[in-house]
Amino acid sequence: MTSQDRPIVSIRDVRKTYATGFQALKGVDLEIARGEVLALLGPNGAGKTTLISLICGMARLEEGIIEVGGHDVVRDYRAARRMIGLVPQELALEPFSKVRDSVAYSRGLFGKPRDDARVEAVLRSLSLWEKRDAKINELSGGMKRRVLIAKALAHDPEVLFLDEPTAGVDVELRKGMWDVMRELRAQGVTIILTTHYIEEAEAMADRVAVISGGRILLIEETGALMRRMGSKRLTIELQTPAGAIPPALERYDLTLSADGMSIDYAYDRAAERTGIASLLHDLSQAGLRLRDVRTTQDSLEDIFVNLVKEDP
Amino acid sequence: MNLAAIRAIYVSEMARTFRTLLQSVVSPVISTSLYFVVFGAAIGSRIDQVEGVAYGAFIVPGLIMLTVLTQSVTNAAFGIYFPKFVGTIYETLSAPVSFWEVMVGYVGAAATKAMMIGLIIYATANLFVDLPIAHPGLAFMFLALTCISFSMFGFIIGIWAKNFEQLQLVPLLVITPLVFLGGSFYSVSMLPPAWQTVTLFNPVLYLVSGFRWAFFETSDVAVGASLAAIALFMAACLFAIRTIFATGWRLRD
Repeated sequence: MTSQDRPIVSIRDVRKTYATGFQALKGVDLEIARGEVLALLGPNGAGKTTLISLICGMARLEEGIIEVGGHDVVRDYRAARRMIGLVPQELALEPFSKVRDSVAYSRGLFGKPRDDARVEAVLRSLSLWEKRDAKINELSGGMKRRVLIAKALAHDPEVLFLDEPTAGVDVELRKGMWDVMRELRAQGVTIILTTHYIEEAEAMADRVAVISGGRILLIEETGALMRRMGSKRLTIELQTPAGAIPPALERYDLTLSADGMSIDYAYDRAAERTGIASLLHDLSQAGLRLRDVRTTQDSLEDIFVNLVKEDP
Repeated sequence: MNLAAIRAIYVSEMARTFRTLLQSVVSPVISTSLYFVVFGAAIGSRIDQVEGVAYGAFIVPGLIMLTVLTQSVTNAAFGIYFPKFVGTIYETLSAPVSFWEVMVGYVGAAATKAMMIGLIIYATANLFVDLPIAHPGLAFMFLALTCISFSMFGFIIGIWAKNFEQLQLVPLLVITPLVFLGGSFYSVSMLPPAWQTVTLFNPVLYLVSGFRWAFFETSDVAVGASLAAIALFMAACLFAIRTIFATGWRLRD
């Protein structure tokens, strides 16, 4: 196995109990591949931020092993942390510092020599160059969020943690943030994203890990997850109301709407034969006249809600 | 060693000092001048000399120590408390830095600022009284060691404090009384014998006494004892900071 194939982040049996006695993580195993975007999805208090805090060094790791780029985050913390950039959930910034100084500070803190050109490039990539001499407290919330990203990128990390990057951010800005993530991904940066927004995971992530109650319930490639767990529904609208499902159609899994104007057909998209063609044929044979046909698919949100509900 | 990180912390902390230049530098100069007016002029007119030194000059080392001690503690305490308060401490905790580097950055900046103020007060005092220094090198060393060790103490206070009230509690309730009762404005020999003994337990006495000896070659305790006291205090602070970072006390969950 070459270093390129090896997971860039490796988490093995990590548990965390806070001084209050609250067990935030109950044995987490997770491997993150170089260059992928992983969405860590879970409700409030699931353990997302705790996991990130343990990897990045804000919380003490006492049980389990975490390696970043093959470096143990406790024993070899310097090498591990040099590879990591972190964008926290809160807009934690020194209010009176200038944007440029704040980003240069982060670069220095991570052991990199002063490089004005690099700081400029980072600020430009986040459309912050015009604001370089503005004080942080003069910026809007969205800009502050971007300053946090600029700070995290100032030392050219290989792994970027984004803790709820679009929480409380308007739609336009959220799309802008996604563009930034896509660019970073194109540059080969590994991104670990925690989010409440399923839409975000669906749009951005190569893989989704669902965490709840301090455990990872599932890790799967986003598309495969959608295919595997997302059943599809065919809705057939009728020209005239039907009183009941004709007996000839009993072999299909059909549901008639209360007003008799539409029929729902649930099917598995991944199956070899969906049965749609024969259903449509049998419908017209049964004398039902179609007005319209549409299909819908479970969103990741539906899948997520079901998973968390099932978890005891 | 992450020298870039030490530099980044130091430069950023010093930048904060210069952003608040008026508050940082001008206010200690004004308060020192007021002390001069009150202690030097009003009381000094009734006390001619203390141990052969004009009273106006005699109080200068104590005055410098009073300000420098308070400044060291408050600067360093605020320096590390502020990132905790606004949340930017996450960056320090997640950076590839050791406790040693974080401490050198914050304590270095706080001590530098306190030293600057000490020197400004010395310059200001020269306007009021004739103030030759018998051992300038030793005086500078005492000043530097005091600034560094008390900035370390302040650093601990800043980590310990959970709110602004606690942050101000120690300088207000501990440092100021200790300095006032540590022979800043009088010679301990002027006190009744029982109080002289009590004063010997005040660590600030050793700082003021040693510093004053460097100025006038007159002291309440031996210079060696003063140096030993600073060294001991510094070692205790260093041990405490090392322990704090090793256990993550009040920093890491």
